[in-house]
Amino acid sequence: MTVVYRARRILTMNPARPEATHVAVRDGRILGTGTLDELKGWGAYTLEDRFADKILMPGLVEGHSHTSEGTFWRYTYVGYFDRTDPEGRVWRGASSIEAAVDRLKDAGAAMTDPATSIAGWGLDPIYYGERRCSRHDLDRASTSRAVGVLHASGHILNVNTRALELAGLLRKGVDHPGIPLGDDGLPTGELKGPEAMMPAAPHVGFDRDLLACDELGLRYFAKLCVRKGVTTAADMASQLPPDAVTMMARVTGEADFPVRIVSLRRLFNINPGELIARAIELRAASGDRLRLGIIKIVVDGSIQGFSARLKWPGYHNGAPNGLWYVTPEQLRAALAGALEHGVQVHAHTNGDEATELLLDCVEEALARHPVRDHRFTIQHGQLVNAAQFRRIKALGMCVNLFSNHHFYWGDAHYSTTVGPERAERMNACATALANGVPLAIHSDAPVTPLGPLFTAWCAVNRLTASGRVLGSAERISVADALRAITLGAAYTLKLDAEVGSIECGKRADFAVLEDDPLTVAPEHLKDVRIWGTVQQGRIFPAPPPP
Amino acid sequence: MSHGAAPADGRIPVTVVGGYLGAGKTTLVNHLLRNAEGRRIAVLVNDFGELPIDADLIESQAGEVIGIAGGCVCCSFGSDLMGALARIARAEPAPEHVLVEASGVGLPGSVARSIALVPLFRIDSVAVLADCETVRSRAADTYMGDTITRQLAEADLVIANKADLVSPGGLAELHAWLARSAPQARVVEAIRGAVPPAVLFDDHAPASLRGAGRGLLIGAIAPQGDAAARYESASFTVRHRVDAAALARALTSPGCGVLRAKGVVRDLDGSGSVLHVVGARTETGPHAGSEAGSNPAGIACIGLRGRLDRDAIARAIAASRDPVNTAKNT
Repeated sequence: MTVVYRARRILTMNPARPEATHVAVRDGRILGTGTLDELKGWGAYTLEDRFADKILMPGLVEGHSHTSEGTFWRYTYVGYFDRTDPEGRVWRGASSIEAAVDRLKDAGAAMTDPATSIAGWGLDPIYYGERRCSRHDLDRASTSRAVGVLHASGHILNVNTRALELAGLLRKGVDHPGIPLGDDGLPTGELKGPEAMMPAAPHVGFDRDLLACDELGLRYFAKLCVRKGVTTAADMASQLPPDAVTMMARVTGEADFPVRIVSLRRLFNINPGELIARAIELRAASGDRLRLGIIKIVVDGSIQGFSARLKWPGYHNGAPNGLWYVTPEQLRAALAGALEHGVQVHAHTNGDEATELLLDCVEEALARHPVRDHRFTIQHGQLVNAAQFRRIKALGMCVNLFSNHHFYWGDAHYSTTVGPERAERMNACATALANGVPLAIHSDAPVTPLGPLFTAWCAVNRLTASGRVLGSAERISVADALRAITLGAAYTLKLDAEVGSIECGKRADFAVLEDDPLTVAPEHLKDVRIWGTVQQGRIFPAPPPP
Repeated sequence: MSHGAAPADGRIPVTVVGGYLGAGKTTLVNHLLRNAEGRRIAVLVNDFGELPIDADLIESQAGEVIGIAGGCVCCSFGSDLMGALARIARAEPAPEHVLVEASGVGLPGSVARSIALVPLFRIDSVAVLADCETVRSRAADTYMGDTITRQLAEADLVIANKADLVSPGGLAELHAWLARSAPQARVVEAIRGAVPPAVLFDDHAPASLRGAGRGLLIGAIAPQGDAAARYESASFTVRHRVDAAALARALTSPGCGVLRAKGVVRDLDGSGSVLHVVGARTETGPHAGSEAGSNPAGIACIGLRGRLDRDAIARAIAASRDPVNTAKNT
C-alpha cells in the first residue's frame, strides 16, 4: 500500500531534487519525491494530508549520543539551562545553587522511604560565579538522606554530609587531589574525577556504569528522539554484554519503537583481537532498528576535565597534560585487525596530541592493510588543527565534531583550558568542509542535551553561553549544518545509502517540523518547532506534556 | 585454619603495580602468586583483555573472577575499582594482601591515592616496573614519554626488570638515569619479575608462631632461597620510646638502603606504634594487636646485600629517641 504525504515543503538533501511538495512511501521506504502528478505513476495511493502545513526533512541522525540520556531522567534535573524531559515537560534551569537545592529538597519530600537517597544531575556551578557548591548547601536538601548531584560535565559529583559519612570520607587526613578540604579539615563535598567520585557514588544512587543503559532508559531515550526529530541515533560506547544486546534487540524490535539505534562496542575489558571477533559476531546479530558491529576506542580524556592529551604548549592554565586511555600498542592492534576484517572504528580524541597519535597509527595500519572506504571516524576531535584535517582527508577518515561544546564550555575554553586562539578554532567545521572531510556534529547526550537542530545552531552561530562568538571563521552555513545532522552523520555510520536524505529507495524517515529551518533566521535555528517524526513509514507525533 | 590473620590495624595492605605495557607487571604478579607461601592474595586487574594469570595457576574461572591455587583470586575491576575493592573486603576469608595491577598507561600513584580513600585498605607500596632494555627510549617517546616518567616519579619501589638482557655498563647507566627520574624510589633489579615476596609483602608466619609474648617476629622478613644471595635482612631492638613517624621517614633515606621495614615500637606517649616502610613510603599507626609496652619492640629491615647499612639504621633509631624521656627509658 502506498501513502503519499503532502507537505508545505520537503527538504530532501538530495541535490538533484532539493525540494518537493509530496513524498510517496511504500513498505516503510520512499518511492519518490515530487509533485502529486509525478508520483501517481506508482499506482493506487492514499493521500495523507496531516503534514500539509509542515516541513519534512530527512529524519535527523544523532551521530554521537548515549542512550543513558534516557536513564538520567529518573534523577532530578538541576542544570542551569531549561531542559525537556522525555515526556515533554520543560525543567526550568536552576538560577542559583539555592534554587538547585530547593529542587532536590522537593524531590526528597516526595519520597516515602526515609533511606532513599536524592540524586540530581546537570549541575553547572560555572554559571554561579566563584562560589562552589558545598556539602553544607546540599545539607539543606536533607541531613538524613544521602544527597548527590552530578555536574553537567559528568566529571564532578557534589555530595552532602550524610553521603560523605556513608562513604567513609567524613574524616580528617583525606589526601586526594580530587577532594578539596574545607577550613575544618574535612572534605567540602566536591568530588572531582571518577576516582574521587567512586566511594560516594553508590550511596547517592549513581551505582552503575554512568554510560550504561537499561530498558527504561532506552524507552525514555526513544521518546526524547521523537521530540527532537531524531530517527537514527548512535549509542557511542557500550560494553554490549549479551543480556544487554538481547534486551536492546527485544525493545527496538517492538512494532512501535521509533528509533534506529547504532550501538558501538567499546575497547574495554577485552583484547583487540577478541574485540574484532566480537564485533563480527555483533554485526551478524544486527536487526532493522538495532545496528551493531562498529567498535569505539577512547584515546584520551576531556578538555574541560584536563584529561585530554594536548600538543605543545598544552593547557592554557598550566595544568599538566592529560591521560592516555589506551596504549599505542592496543590502538595499532585494534586498527590493523579492524581493517583486516572490515570492521569500522570510531575513535574518541579530544586533544590534538591524541588525534596525532591516532592518525599515525591509522596511517601505519593502512600501509599494511590498504582498505578503501573504511570511514574510520574521529569522535569529538575538538582540537583537530588544519594540518590534521588535511591528513584526515588523505587517510579517508571522517570527523564528528562536538559543536555543542562552544555553547556550554566555550567561555571556559577561551579563558582557562586552551586560551583564546585555540578556543576559536575548536570544532573547526569550516576547515573540515574546506578540506573535503566528511563532517558530522553531535551532542554527546547526556553530556549536553540531545537535539540535532540545536547542534546545527551551535555550528552555525558558534555562540557561547555568555554571548561571545567563538571563532567566526569556523561558522558554517545552515545548509551545511543541516547536511551534517542528516547525511553527514549517516555517512559516518555507513548508513548513508539507507537514510540521511529523502529520495527513492531510502527509508521513509522524516523529521516533521512546524517551521522551515531554511527560512528562519540562522540565530533562531534552535527554536524551530518539532512536531514529531516518521520512522520507516510509521508516524510518531511528539505527545504534549502531561 | 587460616594463618596470617588480619593485619594489626585491621586494614588490608595493597600494593599497586604500575609500569608500561611489556615491563613485566603480569610476570611479577604471577611470580608473587607462585611464591605466595600460603598467603591469601587477591589480584585486581584493570581488565581481562589479556589473561593476567598463568594457565597452570588457574583453578577456576567464573566471569570476572579467577580462582587461583592456594586460596588466591584474581578479579577484573573494569571501571569500578572501588566496587571491586568493596567486594574483596567482604570476601570470607578476607585476603591478606591485595595486588592492584594498573593499566600500562595508568598512573599508579593516582590509583593508590584513590584506594587510600577506602578506610578498609592501607597502601603498602607503589611498585613500578621498568623494562631495563627499553624504559629509557620509551621515556623519550613523543606520545608516551611523560606518562612513563610520571609513573616512575610516583614509585616507592622501582623494579628494574629484564636485568639479564642488559650489559653491566648498560645497567650502570640505567641506575644513573633512574636516580634522576625516580630519585625518591629504591631500585631493585629483577629477572622475569623475580622479586622476593619478603620485599613486597609483610612478614608472614603461621599464627602459632605469632602468639602474644613473641612480639615482633623479626626473622620472618628474611629472604629465602635464591634471593638470600642478593638480599639481606637485619633486625634491631628498640628499647626506648621513639618518634615513630620520624623514624619511619628516616628509614626512607637512600643511605639506609632499606627496601622494606616493619616494626613495632613505643611511641613518644608510650603507646605501641606499628611502622611500615617500603622504599619511599612510610606509614605509622597504633599497634592494636599487642601491648607493645610490655614486649620487646623492634624493627626488621630488608635491603640489597651490601647496601643495607646497619650503622646508618642504628643512627636513625638513636636520632628518633624521645629527648625528654630518654633517660628514664634506657
